[in-house]
Amino acid sequence: MSVREDLGNRMPGGDAGLIVAVLVVLYVAYVLAGVGLGYSLRGQLNTVAVLTFYIGAFAMLALALNLHWGYTGLFNIGIVGFMAIGIYVMALVSKPLYQSGGAAQVGGLGLPIVVGIVAGMVAAALLGLVVALPALRLRADYLAIVTIAMSEIVRFSFLSGEFQRFTLFGRRVGFGGGSGLILDFTDPLQAFFETFGLWNAYLGFVDAFGAIVPTNPKPVVDGLVYGLVLLLFVAAYYWLLKRTGESPFGRVLKAIREDEDVANSLGKDTNQFKIKSFMLGCALMGLAGILWFMTQGAVTPNTFRPRITFFVWIALIIGGAGSNTGSVLGGAVFAAVLYQGPRYFKNLVDAALPSFNAPSSFGPAVAPLLSNLNPAPLFYYTVDSIRQLQLVLMGLVLIWLMHNRPEGMLGHRKETAAGIPLTSPRTRTAATDGSTGGDEGGRPTDAEGGEGGERDE
Amino acid sequence: MGIAETYSRGRRFAVDRPGALLLAVVGVLLVGDLLTGLASGRTAFSDVGSLVWDGLMRGLVIGLAGIGLSMTYSILNFANFAHGDYITAGAFSGWGTTYLLAGLGRADVGSLLLVGAGGSVFGGALGIGITGTPVAVVAGLLVAGVFTIVLSLAVDRFIFRPIRDEDGITLLITSIGVAFALRYMMQFVFGSDVRGTTAQPPAVSLYFVDGAVRINMHDLTLVVVAGGLMLGVHLLLQRTKLGKAMRAMADNEDLARITGIPTERVVRSVWIIGGGLTGVAGYMFVLWKGTLGFNDGWLLLLLIFAAVILGGIGSVYGAIAGGLVIGLTASLSVIWIPSAFARAAAFFVMIIILLVKPSGLFSGRSTA
Repeated sequence: MSVREDLGNRMPGGDAGLIVAVLVVLYVAYVLAGVGLGYSLRGQLNTVAVLTFYIGAFAMLALALNLHWGYTGLFNIGIVGFMAIGIYVMALVSKPLYQSGGAAQVGGLGLPIVVGIVAGMVAAALLGLVVALPALRLRADYLAIVTIAMSEIVRFSFLSGEFQRFTLFGRRVGFGGGSGLILDFTDPLQAFFETFGLWNAYLGFVDAFGAIVPTNPKPVVDGLVYGLVLLLFVAAYYWLLKRTGESPFGRVLKAIREDEDVANSLGKDTNQFKIKSFMLGCALMGLAGILWFMTQGAVTPNTFRPRITFFVWIALIIGGAGSNTGSVLGGAVFAAVLYQGPRYFKNLVDAALPSFNAPSSFGPAVAPLLSNLNPAPLFYYTVDSIRQLQLVLMGLVLIWLMHNRPEGMLGHRKETAAGIPLTSPRTRTAATDGSTGGDEGGRPTDAEGGEGGERDE
Repeated sequence: MGIAETYSRGRRFAVDRPGALLLAVVGVLLVGDLLTGLASGRTAFSDVGSLVWDGLMRGLVIGLAGIGLSMTYSILNFANFAHGDYITAGAFSGWGTTYLLAGLGRADVGSLLLVGAGGSVFGGALGIGITGTPVAVVAGLLVAGVFTIVLSLAVDRFIFRPIRDEDGITLLITSIGVAFALRYMMQFVFGSDVRGTTAQPPAVSLYFVDGAVRINMHDLTLVVVAGGLMLGVHLLLQRTKLGKAMRAMADNEDLARITGIPTERVVRSVWIIGGGLTGVAGYMFVLWKGTLGFNDGWLLLLLIFAAVILGGIGSVYGAIAGGLVIGLTASLSVIWIPSAFARAAAFFVMIIILLVKPSGLFSGRSTA
């Protein structure tokens, strides 16, 4: 039994306990770094809110991708296209009607936000269907190329002038083209609380919060509450995908992942299962895109470049494909360490060296190092371009993971296929394994050698 | 052979391959629309001629870069998503050399080597072009090829070789990591601005029915370089043992190794040929279009994938033919659809090909 599994079993509260423990560690690290720098309480709370936001967003996306890749073996690298469709359709439906003289060049259909969210999810699922119908018959690498091409087609379409403004049901609507789309619907949080008639209560809570943060507490509270809402959505995703994975439907999906021909020969219409799984995952990606971008005030098509897809894949691979708990953990670790970490580090350097003046390009940064061995400008330039370098870092992490730990933190964990527990509570080792004998599971790496042998016997 | 037999054969075809039939109908409609447009004067012959020429040039670049991708795809069995960034790396290395040779003494060496990062030097001001500075351009071309060979061998040695025996998806994911690391490292060094690289090359206007089609010296350079290299690859693969060994490996690697083919050496040759062609393609792409940015290779990569799949993975002729089809599609599509969708149209053609003929046009002829 490996250390990893042992840890998982000993952790109080099981998977949920593991997730909470990792989150606590990440938050404590951030807060301690903030304390060391003498951040104000407001700054600390903002840091926590932003961190929670990204943890929620990446955990949701990794969970949705886990349904595609971890459960069904569908190699989707067009995630960002489904997110874009989700938020754009949601904006089209929920933006208020066009009024001349306003800041927004185009209006929407003026329907409630909930309707918009559902419409966005449906649109993402339908796009998934359009992609899936032809592509699922193809090899995994072809599906990869088709999905990434689709995500670029989506971006070009939103960029083009053709869809900048058009008329739908007699309303002047559009996607805003390259200059972006202003999301001028009601603040989602306000809409959410107003649905339950709790808006005034919420405002009261914000006022009470003023005791902790005296000046203008609303943005801080909004950020924290929205982060909390995202975490609730993560929990909902987790529950939905766990239920899906444990249902008869989910068992067929895992069978497809391991060997599609076998599933087919057992009389399962694998194409049907794959299409349903793909559409469900796409809808969830669309929802994640909506939740990520609907509080941003505006969206531009060029936000939706393939790099977001790349982020989600790293999150999933860190956590481990095939495990929902791993997806959440991977999303959290990715968001805290690889995504927000370098940016936070830059803030730390900014705070520690308030007067540094970074060179504008690589030439002036290197020249002093070569002429009089002064590394400071290169260091400043490096810190200043941390947003590019963090992508280099992510690429290297991905390579390292594929070399050394392709199954991630918790990938391909033994999952009981039966609906009832098969073992007595005292011995928990004989659970059936979703991956034994499969190409991915049976890889005899050094670290896994003992475990693999035990599993095969 | 009666009419009835022809009829029944046609009917069987229509029933078996409805997609292909639909495609043919759409194709006939589009061509018909073009012909009526030409006949009625709605579309000018010279415009179509210019678009065809533009598409051919684009297709040559895509085809040249596609050969390397196609070879690694068939022999190493994975889709290399880092290929686009090899193109960019080749372009930057070659253009750094060209700038250095063309501008030595007129600007400081650092700015020249960084291809004028941050607007410090402009290629147009240096008068760079095949006629203005032929030595600098040829030297840049060679450096681009050599640098990309070294880069692809180094990446293979340290990143792909340790996991050579894994499945294609593992390698594919790894190559995505390589792509991002390379691309943003280049952005870190060379900056994110798109810079103009060449002075206006001399051009001739050829009269074509109702107007002129302009052809400049860089177009002709591209034709000569790409045509020469494609011919060279053809001879190499047809006339040498290496070509035979590559075909054997693409077919069955274990069998090839048992029969005494040094597979690792063949793999190295594949990277050398593919890397060299890719670097040269990147350099020529920039010479032809006159601008250089860190995203160029990545944006071209999806079109290259389209070309390689269209031509049939592993087929060198397929890569060239596919490149020409994709290039022409991307250029000519603006006759019927808004220009913002030109690239989307090329992807669309690829998806259609995957549906109708997933094995590609030249399928089953690995690396020949």
